[in-house]
Amino acid sequence: MIESHLEQASTYAADIDNLIMFIGAVSFFWFFCAQGMFFYLIFRFRAKPGVKAEYITGDEKHLKRWVSIPHLLIIVCDVFIIIGAVMVWVNVKQDLPDPDRTVRVIGQQWAWTFVHPGADGVLDTEDDITTIDELHIEVGQVYHYQLQSEDVLHSFSVPVFRLKQDAVPGRRITGWFEAITTGQHDIQCAEMCGIGHGAMAAQIYIETPEQHAQWIRQRGEPLAAAD
Amino acid sequence: MAAHKQNFFMKYLWSTDHKIIAMQYLFTGMFMALVGGFLAYAFRMQLAFPGTDIPLFGVVSPGEYNALVTNHGTIMIFWVAMPVLVAALGNYLIPLMVGCDDMVFPRLNRLSYQVFLVSAIIILASFFVPGGAFGGAWTAYPPLSTTAEFSLTPFGSPLWVLAVALEFVAFLMGGINFITTAMNSRAPGMKMFDVPIVVWFIVLASILFMGSVGPLIAGAIMLLFDQLVGTGYFNPGVGGDPILYQHLFWFFGHPEVYVVLLPALGIVAEVITVFSRKKLFAYKIVLYTAIATGVLSFFVWAHHQFVAGIDPRMANVFTVTTVLISIPIAEMLFVYIATLYGGSIRLTTPMLWALAFLAEFLLGGVTGIFLGASGADVYFHDTYFVLAHFHYTFFPIAIISVFAAVTFWFPKMFGRLMNETLGKVHFWITVVCFNGIFLPLFLLGTWGQHRRIYNYEHFPELAGQDMQQLRVFATMCLVVMLCAQAIFLFNFFWSMFKGKKAGKNPWKANTLEWTVPSPPPHGNFAKLPVCYRGPYEYSHPDREEDYWPQDEPASETT
Amino acid sequence: MEKPVATVRSAAGISTGMLSIWWLLASEIVIFGGLLGAYIMHRIGHPEWAEYASHTNTWFGTLNTVILLSSSLSAVLAHHAAEQGDGKKAAKLLYMTVGGAVGFLVVKSIEWTIEIQHGYTITANSFWSFYYVAAGIHGGHVIVGALFMLWVAGLAKKNKELQRVEMVGVYWHFVDLVWIFLFPLLYIAK
Repeated sequence: MIESHLEQASTYAADIDNLIMFIGAVSFFWFFCAQGMFFYLIFRFRAKPGVKAEYITGDEKHLKRWVSIPHLLIIVCDVFIIIGAVMVWVNVKQDLPDPDRTVRVIGQQWAWTFVHPGADGVLDTEDDITTIDELHIEVGQVYHYQLQSEDVLHSFSVPVFRLKQDAVPGRRITGWFEAITTGQHDIQCAEMCGIGHGAMAAQIYIETPEQHAQWIRQRGEPLAAAD
Repeated sequence: MAAHKQNFFMKYLWSTDHKIIAMQYLFTGMFMALVGGFLAYAFRMQLAFPGTDIPLFGVVSPGEYNALVTNHGTIMIFWVAMPVLVAALGNYLIPLMVGCDDMVFPRLNRLSYQVFLVSAIIILASFFVPGGAFGGAWTAYPPLSTTAEFSLTPFGSPLWVLAVALEFVAFLMGGINFITTAMNSRAPGMKMFDVPIVVWFIVLASILFMGSVGPLIAGAIMLLFDQLVGTGYFNPGVGGDPILYQHLFWFFGHPEVYVVLLPALGIVAEVITVFSRKKLFAYKIVLYTAIATGVLSFFVWAHHQFVAGIDPRMANVFTVTTVLISIPIAEMLFVYIATLYGGSIRLTTPMLWALAFLAEFLLGGVTGIFLGASGADVYFHDTYFVLAHFHYTFFPIAIISVFAAVTFWFPKMFGRLMNETLGKVHFWITVVCFNGIFLPLFLLGTWGQHRRIYNYEHFPELAGQDMQQLRVFATMCLVVMLCAQAIFLFNFFWSMFKGKKAGKNPWKANTLEWTVPSPPPHGNFAKLPVCYRGPYEYSHPDREEDYWPQDEPASETT
Repeated sequence: MEKPVATVRSAAGISTGMLSIWWLLASEIVIFGGLLGAYIMHRIGHPEWAEYASHTNTWFGTLNTVILLSSSLSAVLAHHAAEQGDGKKAAKLLYMTVGGAVGFLVVKSIEWTIEIQHGYTITANSFWSFYYVAAGIHGGHVIVGALFMLWVAGLAKKNKELQRVEMVGVYWHFVDLVWIFLFPLLYIAK
């Protein structure tokens, strides 16, 4: 469903999409059952001249079953949904794998600043590459992102990764991703941050190892600071 | 019952009569609904035709867009849903349905409306101050909301907080009246399980409100002080914490949705029992699931904050509680549907609205599961999927159930019947258009469209023709729907003066409000009633009539 | 204005007046609970607050605690008098309670003046922000309570609406109770 518009560009995108499909299947099954029964009852019991309604208190066992059995089945479905949700969540947000690279993502009103490790592969060294509104990463590498904000709440959102994390001023929040396809995609700010929120767009460039190395060579200068 | 002559001011503007106060809340809420609807018109037109000159508004700037969406949400929740569902209906129905002559504290009641009115004036005034109205989303997260240099609305921000805080105070005062009156002023013989569900649910809603709003009142004071005095409760630069505000907000915010849901469900219970001529299926289950939902609602709040920077381990706890809260609600909906079984269903206008509530809310409810499941919410948070989910819940709550209530109790309130044909035309256009607006929004959200963005042209993955066409389609449906409300307004005001006269009980219903003249006189009951049975004794096998009013003594069976 | 029948009924077995006071207090508990909960969370997360808190004046705090507790005693005695139908005595004791409230506010004003002069203002740091807002909201409740008490006393003097003496007394005990929580949090935990 999502794939028709946004490819699954991270290792966990498919997990998230599958969880969504699973929830969709379960909830729409129950939705259609309930709606179906609902419309059927309206049709079947529409007022007919001379026909009185039945007097039903809700204590009748054979009728209560129609409520209590679906009720129990839904609890079972909910347990599976919870398990699926927790498994995906733990993988995406809780258990961070060791990083191959680290990037710093800094949100402010109204632009994204990205600090990339330079050729030495280490952040906070002289050859770091700082860009505005463009994030360059290499496919197949595990990245940690260190998310910060200079002013208000922002949110680092990469739809093709299915990833989102709020940036909170005064904190540095670490998360992870690993891209599995190359390409250029949208980065959004997903938390209201003032009048420029609607224009706070950036792009992520997921590059092959060669492309990425070339980018570093072209952009990399000691203490490079883009304006 | 005092029969004193009153001038217009005393009778309509300074009254302590619960029915007049109810009308004051109802009309204010209806007016604010027009305001909220207009705000939606403006921002949806911007989304459909970005950058153009919108008729009746002008060009929408990015800052104005934010103020429009912020105040649309804020107004619809606090100045439409709550006053109409809780205050107007609570005020009108509770004394009549429990069989007494007014609320327990009539002057406190009048004061609560006056405070509410002041709050409404303040939020409207905030549009006209330098810098414009607050635009930091109805959630008002700091530091954006506390700091004028970030929000650029130095006057709008504190006015917004003040308006909301006063609204809270008004509803705390009202709540005391509703709860105390329902507990204490019941007619002799009316036991707990003889009270109509709508009264129970408004009382539960008031209890929920009172139990949850406290921390946010503290939070609002802290927000106001950060804005005006220079304190730093939420300023990380001086040791404050923006996330603290979020907890205070959502601890209230989540129970709040049940505060408005419960009265809506109450209305639906009253209408479907009357128009299917059937006892409510398992009254006690309905009541207990409502109480369970209310209690559980205090333990789910952080599902709004999964990606906000809370400890990820906490998210697991809230996923469990959130997915579980769907269970009592699902059971309640099943019980309502079960009430239709064996009925003799008349599809009057109120019944159409009540049934539409069930059908639409069901979709709203199931789409909530996607958001309560943390692993899925990582993607769906801040997308239009969330927006579509909460409109499929809020629209039934604030609009559909209200139309059910108004068309149902109109004859009692004004002594005349509304026109059925106009009612049905209005119903179908509104409901069809409603789905036309929000079903596309599920798709847009699923395809990555995030919220509170004035122009998607900045995002290549969201700027495709197919998505833009959906935006236009949704907007057109909104415009048609808004225009169709003229049918309702015409029907409402014309019928008030020229509608066919209604007697005491045009719908042949059981509850006590239908035993008094339409409209009820000051003091309601010429002789205060005694209650002999529950409210839903329809189609009892021992009776020829298919209804059995609560105040009819048993010996009068035919 | 004549009281509606609704006000006089008592299906739940408690008078409507007392019932409303209990509900009012329930909502107040959540308000103060939220504020104090936020304070405690901050306090735990910020060890430096212990230093900030050391500058509050425990003597003033203790004096105010004694004043409030004594005023609660006079409120109880007022209720007792009202139960026995002695409106004049109840009114006198209520006036004494109001006197306690005034004393509390006077002590607080002196205390705050001294603190502000020393630079401990509401914006000095977040501990002091909480200090002034929490004590300030409490103080607001003291003022409102005292005003209601004056009104009830005025009626009680004429032996009218004596049941309200108990209602305002319960409210006053709540105001006391909040202070009993505030006092250790602001003055003792250093």
